[in-house]
Amino acid sequence: MTREWEAVIGLEVHLQLKTNTKVWCSCSADYDNSAENTHVCPICLGHPGVLPKLNEKVLDYAIKGALALNCHINKESKFDRKNYFYPDTPKNYQITQFDETYAGKGYVDIKLPSGKEKRVGITKVQIEEDAGKSIHGTNESYINFNRASMPLIEIISDPDMRSSEEAYEYLNTLKSIIQYTEISDVSMEKGSLRCDANISVRKVGDKFGTRVEVKNLNSFKAVAKAIDYEIGRQIEHIENGGTVDQETRLWDEANGVTRIMRSKEEANDYRYFPEPDLVRIVIEEDRLERLKAEMPESKLEKMKRFSETYKIKETDAEIICLDIALADYFEKVATKSKNPQISANWIITEVLRVLKDENKEIGEFAISSEDLGEIISLIGGGTISSKIAKDLFLIKLTDARSPSQIVKDEGMAQVADTGAIESIVDEVLSKNEKMIVDYKEADEGRRPRVLQGLMGQVMKVSKGKANPQIVTELLLKKLS
Amino acid sequence: MENLYSLSAVELKKMLEAKEIKVEDIVNSIYDRIDKVEGLVNSFVELISREEALSLAKIAQENIDNSKARALEGILVAIKNNMVTDGGKTTASSKMLDNYEGVYDATVVKKLKDAGAIIIGKTNMDEFAMGSTTKTSYAGETKNPWDLERVPGGSSGGSASSLAAGEVTLTLGSDTGGSIRQPASFNGVVGLKPTYGRVSRFGLIAFASSLDQIGPMGRRVDDVALMFDVIKGYDDADATSVKVEEESVLTEINNGVKGLRIGIPKEYLEEANDDIKAVINEAVAKYKELGAEIVDISLPHTEYSPSTYYIIAPAEASSNLARFDGVRYGYRAENFDGVEDLYIKSRSEGFGDEVKRRIMIGTYVLSAGFYDAYYKKAQQVRRLIKNDFDKAFESVDVILTPATTGTAFKLDEPKTPVELYLEDVYTIPANLAGLPGLVVPATKVQGLPVGIQLLGKAFDEKTLLRAGKAFENVVGKMELANL
Repeated sequence: MTREWEAVIGLEVHLQLKTNTKVWCSCSADYDNSAENTHVCPICLGHPGVLPKLNEKVLDYAIKGALALNCHINKESKFDRKNYFYPDTPKNYQITQFDETYAGKGYVDIKLPSGKEKRVGITKVQIEEDAGKSIHGTNESYINFNRASMPLIEIISDPDMRSSEEAYEYLNTLKSIIQYTEISDVSMEKGSLRCDANISVRKVGDKFGTRVEVKNLNSFKAVAKAIDYEIGRQIEHIENGGTVDQETRLWDEANGVTRIMRSKEEANDYRYFPEPDLVRIVIEEDRLERLKAEMPESKLEKMKRFSETYKIKETDAEIICLDIALADYFEKVATKSKNPQISANWIITEVLRVLKDENKEIGEFAISSEDLGEIISLIGGGTISSKIAKDLFLIKLTDARSPSQIVKDEGMAQVADTGAIESIVDEVLSKNEKMIVDYKEADEGRRPRVLQGLMGQVMKVSKGKANPQIVTELLLKKLS
Repeated sequence: MENLYSLSAVELKKMLEAKEIKVEDIVNSIYDRIDKVEGLVNSFVELISREEALSLAKIAQENIDNSKARALEGILVAIKNNMVTDGGKTTASSKMLDNYEGVYDATVVKKLKDAGAIIIGKTNMDEFAMGSTTKTSYAGETKNPWDLERVPGGSSGGSASSLAAGEVTLTLGSDTGGSIRQPASFNGVVGLKPTYGRVSRFGLIAFASSLDQIGPMGRRVDDVALMFDVIKGYDDADATSVKVEEESVLTEINNGVKGLRIGIPKEYLEEANDDIKAVINEAVAKYKELGAEIVDISLPHTEYSPSTYYIIAPAEASSNLARFDGVRYGYRAENFDGVEDLYIKSRSEGFGDEVKRRIMIGTYVLSAGFYDAYYKKAQQVRRLIKNDFDKAFESVDVILTPATTGTAFKLDEPKTPVELYLEDVYTIPANLAGLPGLVVPATKVQGLPVGIQLLGKAFDEKTLLRAGKAFENVVGKMELANL
């Protein structure tokens, strides 16, 4: 009996923490729009004689992150030095946590598109420092040290994932969970989230195969593609009689392949040893309790609150709460519109569709929560119809005027004048005598459909502005 | 007027306060002396001009005249060449940093300035504090003022020789395995290696972070105590500095040793030569006369100290010195092909042999497959050595030991690195255990000074200095070297 191949995947995720200052010095961490090498000091440049001093906020943020991932917080841990020469690493060693990390075992529960649920274990989480950035010219290289000694946490998963789909969902869920803690921007684009994948294959039931580490993954989709490629490559290699070597490979996005970066023989010997310039980290119980109390609302808590307070459908709450920024957006729209369920409907169908088409985040969305709330309240107040509201929504995507102003300027307000509507109804009925006969001959079951047809005609003539309720009443009166 | 350059800081302070002298008198006396003897001794790597010193003296004098004198107002001080100052070169006596100018003040430098001290320069040392001769300096050899054909010891050789030669009143040294205490012994001066964590290391160019400590050196125990009061204390910039109750060590310094229990570890005397044994026996006799109680103790793991030290110190050094790579500052090779070549050439050309030797040892002992056998084992032995002291200090207040295996040796005396390493046997244990150690001059053997070492409980420098002062009172003060 031939057994099936199975992939074994573990992910290492680096998150940059958004503290005000760097991890060892008081340099501002807000360097995104700053000139090169302006957020530096003797400490983060590794000048002679300097010493690191742990930014306590970094530890607070790191603990919050680990708590959100259901991790065990170790009372005691230590920092170590990872020694390697690289120009963007000022001290030529990285301060990290090697064998005694501040957080241990945890887990992330993921839900696959099929509805299947799975728990992915977290092996450990460690605090470490970021490096600067090398910029390579044709004949020379430059280094920007603004990022040097920025605080990171590295989240190492158990080798629990079996497909690229699971890895993709793990990353999405992880991102969502961390977003809720507000400790990191978790943006792969901005570089505040980085991911390396460890991939091996085996026949189901066998021991783990030799793993390959894949780097240079620049999006969640790239992670998934690289995993699929690597699984195929390894299986093919083994089936052709080869063996997989423990090596580090780079994902080549343009060509959709992984390429060898270094073999096991070329691997660095990092010569880890305990960092003598820093004392052991001791996390006291009262600190842990304080941080637990300070933890912002989690996704599950928010979902529960949305369905209870706003009475929106649980499935809608789940979709909206996947992204904390979207959840915040929803809350503002619902408050403004005073109609939470309609707000949820609009966000899930209209807003998410536009975001998907334009490949944007809610933060970049053209219509503010204030304006969308106004559009929805215009429907509720009877000023415009749902159909007109959709047109208004599309206009508002590129129009700076307020929704009310657009309605006024473009004459989109609903016509509630019975006399005006009656003349349209009469006009439509006079042109559709066949339908009147049809209506009268139809049984109770078919009548609403014919009525619907006439309604459509009236709305068309009124350019969608006739109040549907008045139209229905008038039609029924005239047809009876 | 007495030669002001030969007086202690405490004496000078009194004279300044009594308006018997002015700060400029001290400056002129010391600079006259420097002009006369520095060419022979070579204590300094950097020295400010007499004019600069005189302008600083003016400020100090104003403070004294306005009764605003601080603890070291108008006292001339020199610091070891591995303590960073904002502006001016700090090179660790290495070619690697020969062009390096600091961009901030070390915490001890700030404290000295805040106490009114006039920092006149930086003293020579072994390259990156690695050595016990000051011969590995890129800035040339320093001579022992007592015999110009002999080493001043090291690595704080210049900090000790400058005191013995009368070129300065107080100095700072740093001590990783004896680098304050061994040169203090060789030059007939007083040197204190404080408890690990008592003095901030911020701004000290690191050799071995878990062992390094900055300490004061002077010609009198009182002076060392005075300077220690200024530099000690918790520093927020140094995570390994310790918060302890900060009281002056001067308050009980004259209380004597009556009833003090002084331990004599048998392991320290087994290997000592007859001269050194005689020095210790003489010291024991004096302490007995002074009313101390002498207790025989054992520190059974002493013999493992050098091997433990020469694993841990190079391991940390190999990592601490990795930042000197020619990329951001310091020496950069002229011609190179790519970044790897830049590293190799800059480091090959910028570091001296002893530094390279220790980087290689350190890299080796931390390597995969060797870590457990060397570094980890060394840390375990280090713990045993510390336990020895903890146990000993249950029954004694202070431990008396030799400071060195002999007196200063000839500059050209051939010694292998291992021979030199083994000579640190008496001083290394205090660094491994993080304990304070004080060397006080005892006598002269064939015209060369030799000191005794007193080891104390962690953060109990007060008792150590009290015991040292009592000893100094009975042996009499060591004169300056005759130059």
